[in-house]
Amino acid sequence: MIASEAKLRIGFIPLADAAALIVAVDKGFTAAEGLDVELVSEVSWSNVRDKLNIGLFDAAHLLAPIAIASSLGLGHVKVPIVAPFGLGVNGNAITVSPALYAAIAAVAEGNIIDPLVSARALARVIAKRNARGEEPLTFGMTFPFSTHNYHLRFWMAAGGVDPDEDVRLVVLPPPYMVESLANGQVDGFCVGAPWNSVAVDLGIGFILHFVCEILPRAAEKVLAVRSRWADEHPQTLLRLVRAHGRAAAFVEDTTNREEVTAMLAAPNRIGVAAEVIRRTLDGRMKVAPDGTMRASDRYLLIGRTGAARPDPVQAAWLYGQMVRWGQAPLSAELLSAAKSVFRPDLYDAAIADTAPDLEGEPADGIGAFAGPAFDSSDLAAHIGSWKIRRA
Amino acid sequence: MQPSLKIVIVDENPIRAAILEDGLREAGHVHVMRLAETSHLLARIYALDPDVILIDLENPSRDVLEQMFQVSRAVKRPIAMFVDQSDKASIEAAVDAGVSAYIVGGLQKERIKNILDLCISRFNSFARLRDELERARTALEERKVIVRAKGILMTAKNLTEEAAYALLRRTAMNESKKIAEVAQSVVTAAELLK
Repeated sequence: MIASEAKLRIGFIPLADAAALIVAVDKGFTAAEGLDVELVSEVSWSNVRDKLNIGLFDAAHLLAPIAIASSLGLGHVKVPIVAPFGLGVNGNAITVSPALYAAIAAVAEGNIIDPLVSARALARVIAKRNARGEEPLTFGMTFPFSTHNYHLRFWMAAGGVDPDEDVRLVVLPPPYMVESLANGQVDGFCVGAPWNSVAVDLGIGFILHFVCEILPRAAEKVLAVRSRWADEHPQTLLRLVRAHGRAAAFVEDTTNREEVTAMLAAPNRIGVAAEVIRRTLDGRMKVAPDGTMRASDRYLLIGRTGAARPDPVQAAWLYGQMVRWGQAPLSAELLSAAKSVFRPDLYDAAIADTAPDLEGEPADGIGAFAGPAFDSSDLAAHIGSWKIRRA
Repeated sequence: MQPSLKIVIVDENPIRAAILEDGLREAGHVHVMRLAETSHLLARIYALDPDVILIDLENPSRDVLEQMFQVSRAVKRPIAMFVDQSDKASIEAAVDAGVSAYIVGGLQKERIKNILDLCISRFNSFARLRDELERARTALEERKVIVRAKGILMTAKNLTEEAAYALLRRTAMNESKKIAEVAQSVVTAAELLK
């Protein structure tokens, strides 16, 4: 029985925030827990979701909003998912074409490093384009139920841009983002590492914002399992989560950086140059083709500041975005179901952490640059406070 | 006679797409279109206005199709993937075969099921075909390596062709390896000693 339990197939998309999963397997933390894990690289989030849902995968590296959407039955089949471990907080960036960057900079009132300044400037750029009868700007994101979709929308709406009326938001697979920016199919995009850096290195994009400048604490990817599988295999799950805890600590220990980036860079894992992955883990990014650098110590959080412990407030915030943009109805039941996807209790059962140092972390758990503090106890009022919304 | 369905196949593999198209035509579906290029995929699909969209799972553009579920200005009709709670077996068979189907609302389930079943069997036979080709290619390469190894042994040890082959076979048996593996070692060693 135990032998058959210990063999696991886990799906992932080759992105930097699969680091804890990849290191858990390739550094032997899962083997040390008696787990024989086969990692399967996938090409689309739909594939990861479907293979997890029907049981071809036991667990998966999954966009946090997909775990929630799947549990609520939004847009697809309803399959309850639980997230016992957070694979990453933050890690995305918004990149725009040189032409759009110049246009935004030209009309900005203030420093465009400030997302409110850049979003208001974007609104002015759009007003000018409309006056000239030009096509709407197009932005790429990775999936309808994605953090990237919500991050882009949150940023532009704060500056008065209606993401459904004033621009076109299109889904693009991450590997196609850079090419689409180069050939003008999109004017900008929001995506995770390494794709923003690839665009900057090719001289066809400027990183306008790290997402951590818009939302200092935004759950990004989770380790996802079917709720039923979690109930049926409690011991295996415990061991899997424990292995991830060790792996996340290993990734965050900067003395291991060379080993970690080499592991992640392998062709059957993320498959890009180790140096590009290193920029993401170090939070030191080249943001412009001329070599301008920008650094943030919270560009991508893998385990530090309690990032790996699933926080139901994050799930509530993501569900709030689904409601705000018309993807889900607002109800107390759905909110409660969304929150219970994130399972700190399963994390705590496996990992006996000393309490993480949360000093300096946002008091409402999110810390958004615009609007009122997040309050999931009155989601209707919170969403109602936004001028631009579909709900 | 029911009106014929408009079917779009999104597949970057032209051979598999052709096999699929042939199968659908044989089954009486005359409105079958193929899309190999995935740029501006949504716009092109909206222009074609299909009833059914078939896409291979190796195609990252599957995520683009998911956008059609979203209520937005651009959507003309709701689209649902061919799975609901009762269709677990169908979706498993489809994912196993590597194909995924999206249907535009309001179609009878039985009509779609026939199409999906046909796709699954065509995808599976294509996979078998590819495996056979792969095996044939490997066998051919192994034969080439054995011929080269025999040549090297014949020259180096002044052996006949039969004796060279017997030596390869004996060594393979003694070391529990395949003849092709031993032959590859001989070729590699000869190149190192050049």
